Amino acid sequence: MSTEIYVQIKAVLAAHAELNQDVAVLNIDEDLFAAGMSSRATVGVMLGLESAFEIEFPDAMLRRDVFESIRSIGNALQTLQN
Amino acid sequence: MSTQAITSLDEAHLRFKAQLFQHKLLLDSGVQGIVGRAAPLVELVASLQGMIDRESKKDGAVKACFPPVVPRELLRKVGYMDNFPNLCGSIQSFVGDDKAQLALAETVKKGGDWAPHLASTDFTLTPASCYPLYPTLAGTLPEGGVLYDLNCYCFRHEPSNDPARLMSFEIRENVRAGTPTEVQKWRADWLERGLGIIEALGLPVFLDTASDPFFGRGGKMMKASQRELELKFELLVPIWSKDSPTAVASFNYHQDHFAHVFGIYTADGGGAHTACLGFGIDRLVIALLKTHGFDMKTWPASVRQTLML
Repeated sequence: MSTEIYVQIKAVLAAHAELNQDVAVLNIDEDLFAAGMSSRATVGVMLGLESAFEIEFPDAMLRRDVFESIRSIGNALQTLQN
Repeated sequence: MSTQAITSLDEAHLRFKAQLFQHKLLLDSGVQGIVGRAAPLVELVASLQGMIDRESKKDGAVKACFPPVVPRELLRKVGYMDNFPNLCGSIQSFVGDDKAQLALAETVKKGGDWAPHLASTDFTLTPASCYPLYPTLAGTLPEGGVLYDLNCYCFRHEPSNDPARLMSFEIRENVRAGTPTEVQKWRADWLERGLGIIEALGLPVFLDTASDPFFGRGGKMMKASQRELELKFELLVPIWSKDSPTAVASFNYHQDHFAHVFGIYTADGGGAHTACLGFGIDRLVIALLKTHGFDMKTWPASVRQTLML
C-alpha cells in the first residue's frame, strides 16, 4: 500500500483503536485485537476509516478479519476504492 | 401505527395473544408488551422457578436479589447507551414546586407529553438481572470464583405484538465469575445441560450462536464480532415457525468486560472473567402453552413431573 494510506490508517488507529501499545511501533501484520482493540473500539475504527477515506464498508465486510491488521485494512480499502 | 401489511407471523402473534386473554391466562394492560399473569400462570411461573432452583442448588449457587432498577451510572460505565440506547427504560420524576405542578397538571389533562416537566432520576429500569451484581463483586474473588443465582423483572423497550416479546419480563439468571478457564468451562457445561432442561419440558429446542440487538451500523459490526467469537449462545424454540424461532435461554460470555469496568480480580491477582445464563421465564410460559395447550392438567406426565405441577 502507499505510504499515504499507511499513514492515514495509523492515524485512524491512533484516534480510535485504544491499543495497549503505541501505534507508531505497530508493524503492518500485527494482530490489532491482540494489541488490545476491543469490539467497541473496532466500531470506532470502522467509522473513522469511513470518514477518512470517504468510503462505506458494506455489511459483508463488517468482519473481524477485515480489521485485524493494518495490511487487512489496506486490502479492504483497496477493494472499496476500485 | 405501521402501514405495512400484516404478515402471517403478526397474525399468529395477535391470534395467540387474544386466546391467552380470552382463556384468562394473561391480563391485558391495554399497552402492547405489558401483561399481567392470572392465577394459572402465577402457579406455572412458580413451578418453572422451582425447577431452576433445583438446578442451581446442585451447583451451590448463592442467591442475591435486586429491585428492578439500576443506577444510571452503572449503565454509563458498561457502555449500555452505546450498545442498546433504544431499549433503555429511563426513569424521570417530578421535582418541581406548586407552580410547576400546575403546568404539569395542565399538560397531563390535555394528553400532552409529560417529559418537559420531569427531571431525570439517578436510575433506570434494569435491562438484565445480572447487571447490579457486578459492582458488588469489585475486589478479589475467593479461590475458585463465585456463582450467583438471581431473578428480576427486566425492561427492554421493544414494542411488539409477539406475546413472547414483552417489554417487562422476568429473567432468571446464574452468574459465574472467576478465571477465564473456570468461566469458559462453566458456560460450556451449561450449553448441553440447558438443552436437556428445555427438552425435559417437552419443547422442541436447538442450540445456536446468537448476537445481542446492538444498535445501528456500529451494531452490525458488534453483532458480527459477537457471533465470530461465539460469545453468545441461545436455546431456540420454534414457537411460531422454524424460520422465526424464539430464544428461551441464553448463555453469555463477557470475557473481561464487566470485570475490567468494576475491578474484579481472581484470587491469584489476575483480571477475572464473567459469564451469565438467563432463562426467559415469560418466553418459557408461552412456549409451554403453545406446545402443550392451555390446560396444564392435560400436559404430558413427564413435563408435569419436571415442573412438579
